[in-house]
Amino acid sequence: MSKITIPFGPQHPALKEPENFMLVLEGEQITSAGINLGYNHRGMEKAAEERTYLQDLYLIERVCGICSHSHTTCYITNVEELAKCETPKRALAIRTLIGELERVHSHLLWLGVAGYEMGFETLFMYTWRDREQVLDCLELLSGNRVHYSINTIGGVRRDITAEQKTEVKKRINYLMERTNYYIKLATEEPTVLARTQKVGKLPLDVAIERGAVGPTARASGLARDVRKDEPYLIYNELDFKVITHNTCDVFGRLVVRALELVESYKMIHQVIDNLPEGPIAVKVPMKIAPGEAVNHYEAPRGEDIHYLKSNGTDKPERLKVRAPTLANLQSVAYMMEGGWLADVPLVIAAIDPCMSCTDRAAVWDAKKGKTEVYSWEEMRKMGIEHYKRRGVDFSKL
Amino acid sequence: MKIIDKLITWSLLKSPWILHFNSGACNGCDIEIVDALTPKYDVERFGIVLKATPRHADILVVSGPVTRQQAKRLKTIYEQMPEPKFVMAVGACGCSGGVFNGCYGVIPGVHQTLPVSVYIPGCPVRPEAIIDGVVKLIQSVEGKK
Ligand code: SF4
Repeated sequence: MSKITIPFGPQHPALKEPENFMLVLEGEQITSAGINLGYNHRGMEKAAEERTYLQDLYLIERVCGICSHSHTTCYITNVEELAKCETPKRALAIRTLIGELERVHSHLLWLGVAGYEMGFETLFMYTWRDREQVLDCLELLSGNRVHYSINTIGGVRRDITAEQKTEVKKRINYLMERTNYYIKLATEEPTVLARTQKVGKLPLDVAIERGAVGPTARASGLARDVRKDEPYLIYNELDFKVITHNTCDVFGRLVVRALELVESYKMIHQVIDNLPEGPIAVKVPMKIAPGEAVNHYEAPRGEDIHYLKSNGTDKPERLKVRAPTLANLQSVAYMMEGGWLADVPLVIAAIDPCMSCTDRAAVWDAKKGKTEVYSWEEMRKMGIEHYKRRGVDFSKL
Repeated sequence: MKIIDKLITWSLLKSPWILHFNSGACNGCDIEIVDALTPKYDVERFGIVLKATPRHADILVVSGPVTRQQAKRLKTIYEQMPEPKFVMAVGACGCSGGVFNGCYGVIPGVHQTLPVSVYIPGCPVRPEAIIDGVVKLIQSVEGKK
């Protein structure tokens, strides 16, 4: 059979860092996959050098709308380290609380997107409806639904009151109930199992070799979690488990994320119950002495790394961000190899990039010498049809 | 007005179909747009349906500051849409570049690339604002009719 090469992207906003996948096909099976990067480049790292530390906080928040708190916390830890400032304990606890709420919102969002890519739209609508509860919590605590901006240099912007605590707890208890239902669904529903088991395999040794991070790595049995390995904020005082799974496939990633939700709920309760007293912020001078700092943070998608270099002025000299999706891309290439073309949307979605816009993939038929263009939607439909023919049908649920 | 035009305007007003395009947004606005389609806000009850291809769409919802790489693709997508077509710039960065104003990879504001009918401010926009924007657009088309 002749080989066909499919360029998937470059306009592939399904991922934080838009890229281009070159898929080589034999029939419907992928024999190899390559990745090209560097499309949706805005030039934020350069822009950060022209703004003050405080302005950068709001710029860095907009690296990603889904893990905005992860980026600002990582950045601000660097700034505070360079400024040698003692951040109050209460501020650290509030940051942890928002961080975990963010993880809940991100994982619920992912669960919905994964359901959507499988063709299980009911799950998508359910999880997005429940996700509103977390967004309400975040709005209550910070004043905004997506970019919370709770961090400020030297602490946090807002305190938490007793009423807010009860309200958040109430919503988290409701979510706990719903999550138990999702866990049952993910592990027992035969249609979900048929679409996720043995799809997008990533064995442990490959996960280590390719530097996978976050739930993608943990689903391959690699217990890698910055919150445990090198605790930041107040994670060393919290009681939680690092969830791993050993099936190394999309099913594993589904289970890991669902169980991590439960751990996050536990942590949210712990933080709220043991919120330390004291001030929420301290004053930090505008100018920061020369130095360098590197910090990492367990974002919902995995390890996020920030590097910061200061030069004595009120603006940074250099800022470098390594987002978790970048680390996981190498693994995606591996997962797709040997798989079906129909599984591509699900496998890409499984590392939890962001499904935000219309993508297209062009199919290059080497024999006929012509190019066909597939949109993301068509790819998704094709996947659903492919499985329907094999008896996996969600419309009967 | 020809009968066919009347029919087209009528169907546009009754059920505007939208296409969402991310031109380098931070995803904040994108998740809020999807949020507007899910049960809590549920714009589908007004007949607003999200479409996957530009050839079916009446309204192009653009989020993001338009990166240099995406500008060309944005234009192509706009050209593929049938008339009458409208563009909605969503979010502070769609309106003016917002926080990304001054970044070297960005042509700030959708209006530098396409003619824009509605600007929806906010960083990110709230789903209520998106619904309001669509309603305002429909009202203005109705007024012209
Ligand atoms: S307006 Fe704000 S939230 Fe929306 S895409 Fe731009 S930076 Fe992100």
